[in-house]
Amino acid sequence: MAAVEDSGLAGAPGRAPAWVGLALLPLLNLMLALALSGFVVLAVGESPWAALTVLAWGAFGYPEAVGFTLYYATGFIFTGLAVAMAFHAGLFNIGGEGQAYLGGLGAALVALAMPEGWPWPVAAGLGVAAAALFGGAWAFLPGWLQAKRGSHVVITTIMFNFIASALMTWLLVDVLIKPGQQSPESREFTPNAWMPSMDRALGWVGIEVPASPLNLSFAVALACCALFHGFVWHTRWGYALRVVGQNERAAVYAGISPARAVILAMMLSGALAGLAGVNEVLGVQHRLILNFTGGVGFVGIAVALMGRNHPVGIVLAALLFGALYQGGSELSFEFQTINREMVVVIQGLVILFAGAMENLFRPQVERLFRPKGKGEGGAWMT
Amino acid sequence: MDDVIALLLPLAGATVRVATPLVLAALAGLYSERAGVVDIALEGKMLAGAFFAAAVAFQAGDPWLGLGAGVAAGVALALVHGYACVSHGGNQVVSGMAINILAAGLAPTLAYAWFQLGGQTPLLPNGARLPNVGGANVLVWATAALVPLTAWVLYRTRFGLRLRAVGENPAAVDTAGISVAGLRYRALVITGVLSGAAGAYLSIAHGAGFVRDMTAGKGFLALAALIFGKWRPWPTLAACLLFAFTDAVQVRLQGVELPLVGTVPVQFIQMVPYVLTVLLLAGFVGRAVAPKASGIPFVKEH
Repeated sequence: MAAVEDSGLAGAPGRAPAWVGLALLPLLNLMLALALSGFVVLAVGESPWAALTVLAWGAFGYPEAVGFTLYYATGFIFTGLAVAMAFHAGLFNIGGEGQAYLGGLGAALVALAMPEGWPWPVAAGLGVAAAALFGGAWAFLPGWLQAKRGSHVVITTIMFNFIASALMTWLLVDVLIKPGQQSPESREFTPNAWMPSMDRALGWVGIEVPASPLNLSFAVALACCALFHGFVWHTRWGYALRVVGQNERAAVYAGISPARAVILAMMLSGALAGLAGVNEVLGVQHRLILNFTGGVGFVGIAVALMGRNHPVGIVLAALLFGALYQGGSELSFEFQTINREMVVVIQGLVILFAGAMENLFRPQVERLFRPKGKGEGGAWMT
Repeated sequence: MDDVIALLLPLAGATVRVATPLVLAALAGLYSERAGVVDIALEGKMLAGAFFAAAVAFQAGDPWLGLGAGVAAGVALALVHGYACVSHGGNQVVSGMAINILAAGLAPTLAYAWFQLGGQTPLLPNGARLPNVGGANVLVWATAALVPLTAWVLYRTRFGLRLRAVGENPAAVDTAGISVAGLRYRALVITGVLSGAAGAYLSIAHGAGFVRDMTAGKGFLALAALIFGKWRPWPTLAACLLFAFTDAVQVRLQGVELPLVGTVPVQFIQMVPYVLTVLLLAGFVGRAVAPKASGIPFVKEH
């Protein structure tokens, strides 16, 4: 039931060359989404072209902006990989938000316990491990319930997002709050527990870049992309996962346990989402705060759909959304009538066209690529 | 005894007020899901309904036009869902998520641009809000009437029979010469009307204007109630009342010392509906079985 029914999500090859399904159709859908976003810009009384220029300049126009763009992209790579991992097993994990929230808790607990004077790689390593563990654990239950009890993973992960939110509010208000403070946030971590920022890290090797929230989590994200590729396409486990995602019955005949594959996929998915918490908590905030995730789990859905569940596509889609988020804040500075939520509109349209209506143009485009002779006899297609 | 009544009466009032939008949204979801179209976009449709209802009610000074606008917004989004999932066989969960995110962006964007108040509408004067009749808002009465009406439609009319059939076995309905897509579109329009009205209740009946994140997860809570009520009208009403009651209690229990357990953090009471739904779905308390064809696009064979 939770299966992603349309295998076209993975870019199933039709009659047209593979790049049509993998690149042309997503691009067409993206264009349509952006065109409609342009209409929304028109509706609020601004020029879409001017908005696009400001957006692009805000995202890439100066070095600091690039840092911000990459920082946003970091979180989106993690959650995009998370959604993609579950997709490969035929599952739709909407719980990235809650898993990232819990992942941030894991990282924060490590950072809070870190004695002063310990070197940063210890804190960073343990923080990453704890975030993955907490995120994975939070996704384990929905996975287990799907595999063993048949509960719809979509519904359980939605519920778990709300449970995570309530749990974290309680922890921050009653337990982890810095004593003698009003706002619900933990104390600041000691600097040795911070994930080094990119300007600092590059400074060690003599490269000067302006300060930005971009931190070494970005390197972790790229490493995760490589690991993701290796795992999904070059291991038995990854194979089992994909077989279960394509055809559960065939998996059973092949001696693969769908239950184990489902639970594994969900835990890995949760672990990847949990790492988004590292980027935010250890990399930028340096303390645990309320709602630091800010929708990163939901952007992951758009990123995975746009990126065709492949790491390369996910990095590109994450960059696109990173640029939209960073450029979007520039938009709200420049235009009186545009605020940051404009980016959320674009995000929704991208999910709609790249995900739900991904086959909108497929018949027309495939007709273009069909060999001439056969094309005329294709009336049965309609 | 008087103490108990003095305690319970406001609690009952609060329960009804919180339950009304939940019941409307849950019934909205009921029509769509019984027709075999999964709808996780109740939240988005409510939010859009809340915004457009408040915006039009403010501009026109007429709550009924506002209600109409809220309903129209709900229907428009439901039709987008239908176009993606019924006409194009798209993934229903993906489409639902897209609509939620779209509405979450669109409502504050338009509010910000039109009213310049940081993403909310101006406070509505009393004349632009839906009136109270007999001690409760008209929408509360309408909602109360909707539950038996839905039960009647679902179990006693031809449309209801077909609706349930198309959610369980669309191929059979198709074989009988009835349009699966037509039925599902009709169900989705009803879903749009009710979820838009649920949003309008928040902004022009219960509240006096639209504010950011006004729905605050109520659409998902309604979805939980629908599942908890096993996709049936009366049990869904009971689930909505239960969830609304926990909400009403939660507000009153803040910092109150209880016998045996001491103070219970409000967050744990807030979790109750979600935890209950998870347990029910897992079959630990009863068993909730979704309509058999829900989530699966119907492809007509030729």
